[in-house]
Amino acid sequence: MLKVRQTHPEAAAPRPSRRSFLGGAGVAAGALVIGFTLDPAKQVRAAAGPDLSSAPAQPNAFVRIAADDTVTVLIKHLDMGQGNTTGLATILADELDADWSRVRVAFAPADAKLYNNLLMGPIQGTGGSTAVANSWFQLRKAGAAARAMLVSAAAEKWSVPASEITVSNGTVRHLASKREERFGALAEAAAAIPVPQQPKLKDPSQWVHIGKKLPRLDSVAKTNGTAIYSMDIRRPGQVTAVVAHAPRFGGTVSKVDDKAARAVPGVIDVVTIPTGVAVIAKDTWSAMKGRDALSVTWDERAAEKRSSDAILAEYRETAKRPGIVASEKGDPAAAIAGSAKVIEAEFTFPYLAHAAMEPLNATIERAADGSYDIYAGLQFQTIEQAVAAATLGVTADKVRLHTQWAGGSFGRRATPTADYIAEAASIMKATGGKAPVHLVWTREDDMAGGYYRPMVLHTLKAGIDAKGAITGWQHRMVGKSIMIGSPFEAMLVKNGVDSTTVEGASDTPYAIPSYRFEVHNAREGVPVLWWRSVGHTHTAQAMEVFIDELAHAAGADPLAYRLGMLTGAPRLSGVLKLAAEKADWANRSGGKGQGLGISAHESFGSYVAMVADITADGSHVKVNRIVAAVDVGVAVNPDVIRAQVEGSVGFALSSVLRNKITLTDGVVQEKNFDAYEPTRMSEMPVVEVHIVASDAAPTGIGEPGVPVIAPAISNAIFAATGQRLRSLPLDLSGLKGV
Amino acid sequence: MLKLNVDGVSHDVDADPDMPLLWALRDHLDKTGTKYGCGIAQCGACTVHLDGQPVRSCQTRIGDVGGAKVTTIQGVSGRVADAVQTAWRSLDVVQCGYCQSGQIMSAIGLLSTTPKPSDAEIDGAMDGNICRCGTYQRVRAAIHEAARSLA
Repeated sequence: MLKVRQTHPEAAAPRPSRRSFLGGAGVAAGALVIGFTLDPAKQVRAAAGPDLSSAPAQPNAFVRIAADDTVTVLIKHLDMGQGNTTGLATILADELDADWSRVRVAFAPADAKLYNNLLMGPIQGTGGSTAVANSWFQLRKAGAAARAMLVSAAAEKWSVPASEITVSNGTVRHLASKREERFGALAEAAAAIPVPQQPKLKDPSQWVHIGKKLPRLDSVAKTNGTAIYSMDIRRPGQVTAVVAHAPRFGGTVSKVDDKAARAVPGVIDVVTIPTGVAVIAKDTWSAMKGRDALSVTWDERAAEKRSSDAILAEYRETAKRPGIVASEKGDPAAAIAGSAKVIEAEFTFPYLAHAAMEPLNATIERAADGSYDIYAGLQFQTIEQAVAAATLGVTADKVRLHTQWAGGSFGRRATPTADYIAEAASIMKATGGKAPVHLVWTREDDMAGGYYRPMVLHTLKAGIDAKGAITGWQHRMVGKSIMIGSPFEAMLVKNGVDSTTVEGASDTPYAIPSYRFEVHNAREGVPVLWWRSVGHTHTAQAMEVFIDELAHAAGADPLAYRLGMLTGAPRLSGVLKLAAEKADWANRSGGKGQGLGISAHESFGSYVAMVADITADGSHVKVNRIVAAVDVGVAVNPDVIRAQVEGSVGFALSSVLRNKITLTDGVVQEKNFDAYEPTRMSEMPVVEVHIVASDAAPTGIGEPGVPVIAPAISNAIFAATGQRLRSLPLDLSGLKGV
Repeated sequence: MLKLNVDGVSHDVDADPDMPLLWALRDHLDKTGTKYGCGIAQCGACTVHLDGQPVRSCQTRIGDVGGAKVTTIQGVSGRVADAVQTAWRSLDVVQCGYCQSGQIMSAIGLLSTTPKPSDAEIDGAMDGNICRCGTYQRVRAAIHEAARSLA
């Protein structure tokens, strides 16, 4: 479990990670000590285990029933588009037998005791596709307990046995006496009933909402402009801050000439903070103009000045040396040496920006009593609260968090350093709390601000015997660890292996007789972070393209070849077979510029397979259709699951075709959507999603759709053209016309 | 002091004529339904109508708006707007939703001039609107559904 302990400055032992955690030099305050003893990804796999089902029944924490019959479900997670507000409300509403048209949601306040993510220990946070998985029993119990309390209240009121009372669609009934009441009329009496600790949960046959298409709870507000995002917070007297950041990672402010900036109409103040120089103005436009007029000299002695090409070249050299062993079995070197055929390949992956539509921003307001309110798309509430408190020099209970709808995240808002929250707090501190401050990052700040998906290089070597079976597999990965250098290092990195670098490779489900997975942790000044599906973003491409390559070398059908090595992985085999069947894989043709490619991957306890149908015309590739099969256990909201898989294709496609963040002499080159162009409408393939019927406890789908897209497309390009493209983004310029 | 007619109401705005309409709407008139995404007319999140025509408000100076009627997602109405918003809701197009104000304003613009758009016409009208969540399949389906309901 994650362990969080906040200490006062005087009690804090010096720790190497403290400075980086607090987001820069010069921020003196308490330290937050965070440690994992369990791998969250592994815990998701045990989602049906006793830990989650033994969660206490806490209706008071999760549901409010008002006199007007509205049922408000409190959401402890961030909804950044993945639809978890609808999913979580569905779970509770089903056990409660609520009328869906009266169900509302509200984001819960920061409270690590009540609202911790049960798969992250005592941390309230959203990530690892855990929202539904960790809440499944907790919300069912809360709903069932609330229902039992309404029944008890009605039984008392009508003087009838509770066993004769039924509940459906927001109404409590006693058929024999023909009496009924809406929830609202019973709510007050129900609140006085003791909370049943072991409420009886429904049998799946009794579910009324789970597994059905329900309208999303956020559709109306998000289609008429009334949904309030962090960017839309308007507090009385609020000012806007825009920050000039160092052009290179690790640069700090040396000298500031703010005369011209202060002369810009609308500019109120200019303050130097640990991460740069903040221009504070009455509106965003004035703040941006003020920043343009700033003259800042940066101290770049400690800055990262290398180009990404140079860093990658160093990775390539590093990969020639043995790395730290992440997992091994048998003697792959000997097995490969005795093989009929040996195949080698290199895969490279660039830095990637999350590029959520809503650039990072946060509003902080100081209350008269010296406490603070923070409004943002908060994703790691416990950490954000602690970091803000430390920066502001108050205890965490003096910082109230107000989670808002987030305009995307893809991992960026869940930062172990709470970087942009710390920056907003620094501005609040530097301006003395005179006015509420809205820190706004422009698109350029957001894209050039680091915390990228790491750049990674994989080298692979495998042998196959005369029958085509894999004999041995050697695999080396080089990249910057997300966890090393973060406060998570001590606990999440074991023997130098960061599981978020090697996940999806070193724990491969394929029955390979001998293997050795090694990793090198690169050291560089570019901040890196999880990016929708984390390590799987690159490991799935390396594994699934290389397996495809071996299948072709073996003269085998890529589907049959995979299934032959997955006899111990029935759920992964299941989605592979389903996707293949729905895509009519058996009757495919290929070549002449058209082809199907297949891939499958498990991540975060969910299983996804895809078949991509592409057309290659010279160096232009069009992805026509994606057929996906997913197994996420119980499908709480099938339509939300379909939407997540459709969206994963749209999200990831541009990273397959073109997106990369590059550095020239340490300076990020791609700063807006012109140079880092997301997928557009005309490129979107038709996506078909098939969901495996399952009674296993539900797992997530925010991320698991992403990893399989690149390998399915890469393998389809091979089927269409006979040319093997491995590295991302795919270099289509080398494709020969067919 | 500039006069702007926004969503049928005339407002006085005390701002530089160079200020993009986007920021006047968001910071001076509290029309926060119109979103900032890129500031360089690459993403379409800031799309509003100027006398019924979709424009990128991040590239429209308030000094150039003159007497034109500005319509935002918070004021758009009529048969086409109703059909589009209804289709968006019945197909649950939105995910994070941040780009959807712009998507909807572009879609209303398209259907106002092209009542039965082909897929190619949808591509043409909607390619300037980025959805990072990748909701394009449903955006396309919702435009077709809105067109059917208007027929």
